[in-house]
Parts: sequence; structure tokens; C-alpha cells
Amino acid sequence: MDIIELSAMEMKTKLKNRELSARDIVEAHLERIEEREGELNAFITVTEEKALEIADKIDRKMKDKEELGILAGIPIGIKDNIITYGIKTTCASRMLKDFIPPYESTVVERVIEEDGIILGKTNLDEFAIGSLTDTSYFGATRNPVDLDRSPGGSSGGSTAAVKAGEVAISLGSDTGGSIRQPASYCGVVGIKPTYGLISRYGLVAVANSLDQIGVSGRNVLDAALMLEAIAGYDKKDSTSVDMGPVNYLENLKEGIEGMKIGLPKEYMNIDIEPGIKDKLMKAIKIFESLGAKVEEISLPNTEWALSTYYVIAASEITSNLSRFDGIRYGYRAKEYETLDELYINTRTKAFGREVKRRILAGTYFLSNKHVEEYYKKALRMRTLIKEDFDKAFEKYDIILSPTTPNLPFKQNVDNDPFIMAKSDIFTVPVNLAGICAMSIPCGHIGKLPVGLQIIGDRFGELNILKAGYAFERHSSIGGDK
Amino acid sequence: MRYKTVIGLEIHVELMTNTKIFCGCVNEFGGEVNTHCCPVCLGLPGATPVLNRSVVEYAIKAGLAFNCKIANNSRMDRKNYFYPDLVKGFQISQDDMPLCSGGYLELELEEENKKVRLMRIHIEEDTGKSIHTEDGSSLLDYNRAGVPLIEIVTEPDINAPEEAYLFLEKLRSTLEYIGVSDCKMEEGSLRCDVNINVVDAETGKRTNITELKNLNSFRAAVRAMEYEEERHKELLAKGEDTERETRRWDEVEGKTVVMREKAGAADYRYAVESDILPIEVEDSWIEDIRKRLPELPHAKKERFIKEYGLPKYDADVLTQSRELASFYEETVKYGKDPKQVSNWVMGDVLRRLNDEGMRVEDLKFTPKDLSDLIDLIDEDKISNNIGKKVLRDMFETGKKPGKIVEEKGLIQISDEDELQKVVEGVLSENEQSIIDYRNGKDRALGFLVGQVMKATRGKANPQMVNKMIRDIIEE
Repeated sequence: MDIIELSAMEMKTKLKNRELSARDIVEAHLERIEEREGELNAFITVTEEKALEIADKIDRKMKDKEELGILAGIPIGIKDNIITYGIKTTCASRMLKDFIPPYESTVVERVIEEDGIILGKTNLDEFAIGSLTDTSYFGATRNPVDLDRSPGGSSGGSTAAVKAGEVAISLGSDTGGSIRQPASYCGVVGIKPTYGLISRYGLVAVANSLDQIGVSGRNVLDAALMLEAIAGYDKKDSTSVDMGPVNYLENLKEGIEGMKIGLPKEYMNIDIEPGIKDKLMKAIKIFESLGAKVEEISLPNTEWALSTYYVIAASEITSNLSRFDGIRYGYRAKEYETLDELYINTRTKAFGREVKRRILAGTYFLSNKHVEEYYKKALRMRTLIKEDFDKAFEKYDIILSPTTPNLPFKQNVDNDPFIMAKSDIFTVPVNLAGICAMSIPCGHIGKLPVGLQIIGDRFGELNILKAGYAFERHSSIGGDK
Repeated sequence: MRYKTVIGLEIHVELMTNTKIFCGCVNEFGGEVNTHCCPVCLGLPGATPVLNRSVVEYAIKAGLAFNCKIANNSRMDRKNYFYPDLVKGFQISQDDMPLCSGGYLELELEEENKKVRLMRIHIEEDTGKSIHTEDGSSLLDYNRAGVPLIEIVTEPDINAPEEAYLFLEKLRSTLEYIGVSDCKMEEGSLRCDVNINVVDAETGKRTNITELKNLNSFRAAVRAMEYEEERHKELLAKGEDTERETRRWDEVEGKTVVMREKAGAADYRYAVESDILPIEVEDSWIEDIRKRLPELPHAKKERFIKEYGLPKYDADVLTQSRELASFYEETVKYGKDPKQVSNWVMGDVLRRLNDEGMRVEDLKFTPKDLSDLIDLIDEDKISNNIGKKVLRDMFETGKKPGKIVEEKGLIQISDEDELQKVVEGVLSENEQSIIDYRNGKDRALGFLVGQVMKATRGKANPQMVNKMIRDIIEE
């Protein structure tokens, strides 16, 4: 038995049946990390000692027949823009390269309460800005499926680590596709939950009206398990919503007989890699064979989604990253005479190129002269895009699309920024509308995985989990590694 | 009048809620530096704000007291700028959807009443405090970061520094009345910025607006405005103009000095604060707050005039603060003559409080004590002058007036035989005064009475002494 091949659910069961100890599980994964990190660079920090300490604690609890949390014994990676109390949280930036937070994020608090075992902090694009995991101050992450390619981003580290068996599940963040796009590129399941389902207290904000913490796992059940562990109201985040307890694991196997699925016609006019379109068509056939009804729908404002997203995201980035000024914590330039120089030198040296590009763009979009034509117009467009989805979900339970119109990009080459931006076309509308979506593997082109996006309404997580689970079970290609 | 002064005010007021605006930290002045802080008010990465409901309630109270329209839907925004005491690089404030808009304060000027319109009242967070040391370094205290503020902005309806003073006094007393702020300028819980310029009515020319900051008291604000008013007029008369700039008041030099020049208006790049949900205020909540509002200064003043028959001036002074007014009313409740109590409270009590920079809450004696003191005088146990002395003791020691009178032996001498002896003694030593009096010099009588008072250390009943002396020397 290769421990790292097990699903999170299997690890749980084997721990419960005493076939494995938590220490066995953690040691196997730490070994795997040791093996693969040289080429993958999925982690910024590995918390080996602490992980073993917690594993032993869980084993003791087992021995004393204490009740265990639902994540007991499962090795977990945490994206390094999620605050971990006492553990370096860098956001992959020089700005925070030595930052040790003095408080705990709500999600990590919940992971710890549920006896999850955190193995470390995973790599990302600097401040989660990017889609290749190549702007990290700590170097790029590579795709375990094809080392020449990017795992996608910005949650590339979290996703690659899951794919490579370094952890069983991971937490990431998704602002415009940052969990789903890497899930698609690496061939795992990635979920961006509804805005408000999971507390953002402790998620270092990049574009706070779009950001949402989410999960990656090698199959739907594993992802649902993690989601169930962290979902729920938190009084420390005013945008979190009290939906009562969720019972995904209990209900997601119900099947999709009679489920109504929408297929946006506007998405079909987008330039999609032909092989990917084929996979989508095949997936539709599978859903129909499972008893779902698939119909064409319209999301008329789709063409404005990318520009709307870009303006809102940049505007929020410029404001969210203003706190990194070298005054209280983080990097401070050594050379300065005046206060302005302190700011300028600090931010010039400690922020990378892409981050600075977004800050500049956002500053422009919010400036007195341009705020109407960019920021305010984008806010109005966002409402229209949201209304498109509201209308669709009056009739349909889920919406299907490819996760990305293209296959994984090559890493460390000059990719065309416009093509890269376009690759987010299916993922950003979901963030703008604040709804939920999952990327689930739906086949390969060559050795490269293809992802199917299942979009659900606000708090429609159970629908996308049901659909994902049914699809995964009934298709020979789902859930592979 | 050829020149017209135009003044608008921006007043920041700290609200007295128990906790800060976005976190559970205690909202309290002072404290050891950087101890009233948490990840939220320090703006640590990842920390999210949660709006304190009391802050909204306090601001609505203020809005209602100033006749504003309370918005059913308002929103928090981010005001982006860099400064070391600003922890997030933006201040959470309100831009185009403030909680309260419109409204006014009515000033009683000599000729007529005048409404000064308000533009808006919005809620926001305070910043930390920078302390600049002599060696050129700066120290930062973030205890104040996240303290709730309301910013009150007037229309440019004020036309004289003295009007601004009246406005500020009324604003302060109203805010104190409704209990939303202690309005202590010395602790920074009320801060006032001024926008001022002057218009030449003949030519229509107007000077550039000067912004005045760092005004540490209402008086300083008035002096700064007076100074600016003159400066603007002089320049205007010479055909020149002021610079668009921010100036501060230099108390020692007695003049304003340039703080910074305004190279174009500041661009705060406002954006929506989406970490905080839009603020929805139902009409029922507004009505509930309205019902719980205490009597406002103006209404109280009118009532004092009607109910106690006080002159307008007295009512004005007594209703300056809620505490003073209720101290007065409680004293009257012990069955005292309202005007007599007013004389005591407005006179000796208030004068002493002002001299010492104290507030009514700091008094060591109660309305009952003051009432007892007045009783002692009414019953001729002590004279009015001795009463004043007793009051001074009450201020210092908080002892009961009866006890002070007893301990110091201040009971008035009203015994005719006893007084007769003293009077005869004084008259025999001052024959010249008697002659003077008989020759028509009325002042001599006063002198003689004074001598008797002196001999009895003020305890003689002055009316009796007066009569006795008269009786003897007019025989």
C-alpha cells in the first residue's frame, strides 16, 4: 500500500481502523515532499516538526479513544496567503518574506479543531496576483504532470502539492480562477465556494470583493470533506453568511436525475482549443445519460466580464496592498531620507513587477479623473453580469463550461499577457457574481489534463458537488492522477 | 459692508462607544501606548473589519439632533492615502453615501436667528497618533486607530468668526446632551478644521479658500479666523489673492502660518469598502432612536424660561451643558426660588468651575447641599457674603454647609444686645464719620457698617447693623 496514493477519505478510514497511524501518514508525505520538492517547488515553508507533533497528538487521542475531528490524520497544504499563527506567511513576496503572524485565520483554526495536519505553506504568485505561479519571490512552481509547464495559478503550489501526493488536500484562494484553473491544469478537483460561505478572516486580501478561500483534492469527496470542515459563519468576517450546518458528505451521493443544466451559448463563441470543446461535449453526453437535462442558455454580458474583472481587481489590489508601507512590519528599505523615500524605496524593492503593474493600473482606475469611466462603470457592469446568472439560476441548477479555453502554459517562457488574460474568461464571471464553481477533470489531451467547470448558484455547493460526484463516478476518466 | 466672510467648518467628533468601530478593542482615551490594539485595528494582513452597531446608532442620534435626513441605505468606503499613523494605507470612511445628510443648527444672533445648514454627517475610523521627537524621529501610538468618529461638514453658511464660535458651542453642547461624545478638545475628541475666504461684494472677486488646522480650542479657532479674515481682506484690497493652502494657528505668535500648499485637490481614490456590508437602517430603528433622544438644549432653554420664569440670559447659560442644567433643576426641586438658584449657579458655582477648568460632574457637593446653603441664608443664619465663603469651602472640601458654618462659628449675630455693644464701640472710635454723615456724606454710613462687620468677622447681620447705626446717629 502506498500511503500517498490514498484519498483523504481512505486515510481517515485507515486511521480509524488502526491500519495506519497519523505518524505513518505524515512521515510518508514528508518523504514525498523531500522527493519531489526539488523539481516542483510547491512549498514555501514545510512545517515538518509541527506536523509530526500533531500526528503524535492524534495518535495519542486515538489510543485514549477520544473523539477525533473530521480531518483527523489528513495531511494538508495551506496557500501562503492564508494567515497561520506563528508560522511564516509570506504571500510569496519579498515584502513579507519573514512575516510571522501574531494571530490565527479562521480557516486554519477550523482545520486544527478538526485535527487536520498542516504540512506547510504552499507557493503562489506574489500576493496571489498571476495565473502561472511564476511571480513568487521564492521561484516558480512546476506542474507535476509536465515539468515544463506551469501548474497554473495563483494557487499553483496548493494544487501541484495535491496532484503530486505531497498532501491529500489543500486550501487555496480564488479571486478570478486561482483554484479552478490550476485544478484544470493539474488534473485535480478544485472548488471556489460562494462568496460568504467561508470566512476570509486571515486571508490576505488581494481583491476582497472577489477573493474566496477554497479547496483542492484529488476527488470530489475529498474536496467536499475539506469544504465541510471550513464552511460556516464567522462573526469576524461581516461578509460571511450564516447558512446553518452544511451536510455535503451526507447528501452529495443523491444523484442528478432531473437536474437542469444550462450551457451558455456565448461561451461557445469563445476561441476554445478544439480538443477541449470535444471534452465538454462528451461530458454533456455523460450528464444526459445520468438523467440530467441540458439546454442552451444565454449570459449576454459575458463579453464584458474580463475587462470588468480587471478593473475591479486592480482597483481593490491598489488599496489592499497599501498597508505594506514598511512602517510596522515586513520589508523596509535601508536607504531613505524622507518619509516619501521610505515608502517609495520599500515598495519599489519589495514588490515584484506584476504586483506593481496592478497597483499602477488600479491607482489610475480610481483616480478622480478616471473613476467614472473605469471603476464605477465596472461596478455597474458587475451588477449586470450578476443578473445574467441570477436569471439563469431561476431555471437551471448548474451551468457547464470548460474551466479554461486552453491547455497549461509553458513555464518560464514569455507568455503573451493578452492570451493569458483571456484564459480566465470562464472563471472570472463566477467571482464577479459571487457564486460557486468547481473544476473537475474530464479527460486528457496527450498527457495534459482538461478541466470541466460546474457552476452553481449562491450557496449551491451541494448541487455542484452532486453533479461532480456523479460525473466522476460514471466517467472512466474522472478522479485519476 | 463691502467684504463678506465665508466660513465652512469640518468637525471630527470621537464617539463614546464602549469599543472601537471595527473591532472589540476598548475605546478609551490614553492608556499605555499600543495596548488598545488588535489585528483588526492594526490593519494586519488578512484581518477583516466588523462594523460596531453602536457607532451607527450614535451617529443617527447626532443626525436627528441636527435635523438631518438619515439614509436607509448607506455604505462604507475606502479613502486611500499614505501616512504612518494610517495602518492600512486607507481610512474606512463614507464617500458618496453618507449616513446623514442635510440638516441644520439654528444660531441666535442679536438681530435674528440664523440657520447654518449641514452638508452631511458620516462615520469613519480615527487614525493612530504620531509623536514627533526633537531628534527628528517619529513615534507611533495606535491606541486611537479605529476609534469611531463622526465628521460633520457644514455648508459655507457662516459669515463671521463669532458666528462660528456660537455654532461650535451649540454643536458641542448638543453632542454632550445626547451623550455621544465628551467633546474634549484638549483630548482631541472634538477637532475642528475651518475653510475660510472673503468675497468683495463690489467687484465680486473672492479669495482662494484657506484651510485652517490644528486649532486647539474654540477661542483659538476664532482668533485664527479673525486673523485670516483680515489677511484675506487686506490682500483683496490690494488686488491680490491668497494661496490655496493649509495653515495652522500659532498661539504664541498670534498668527497663522503655512502648513502645506495645495498643489491641486488631494485625490483620495475612493473605492467601496466591500469587507463591510451596506448599512441598512430601517425607519423603525430611526424612530426608536428619536424617541429615546433626551431634551435638546434649545427646547430645554425654552422650557426654563417658561417653567421657571428665568430671563433668556440665565436660561442660555444654565442650559450650556446637560449636567449644569440638571444640577440647576435638582436644586430648584428642593423648593427654592428659581431665580435665586440661578444667581448662585450662574454666579459663584459656574465662575469657580470655569476658573478651575472643572466640569459640573467634578463638583464635590450636591444640589441638596447648595439648597441647604441657600436655606441658611434665607433663614438669616448667615449673611450672603458668608454664604459665598461657605460655598468656597464646599468646593474645596465637599463638606456640608451646615457643618462648615458650625465648625467655623459663622452663625450670623442677630442678637440685638450683642450687636448693640459692637455698634457703640465702633461709633465711639469713629466720631469723624458720624460728623461726616450728618454733613450729608452718605458714604460714611457704609464705612461704619463695614467696621462693624470687620469687628464681628463678617458674622453680624448686615441689615440689623445698618438700621442700628442709622437709628443712633440720626437721633
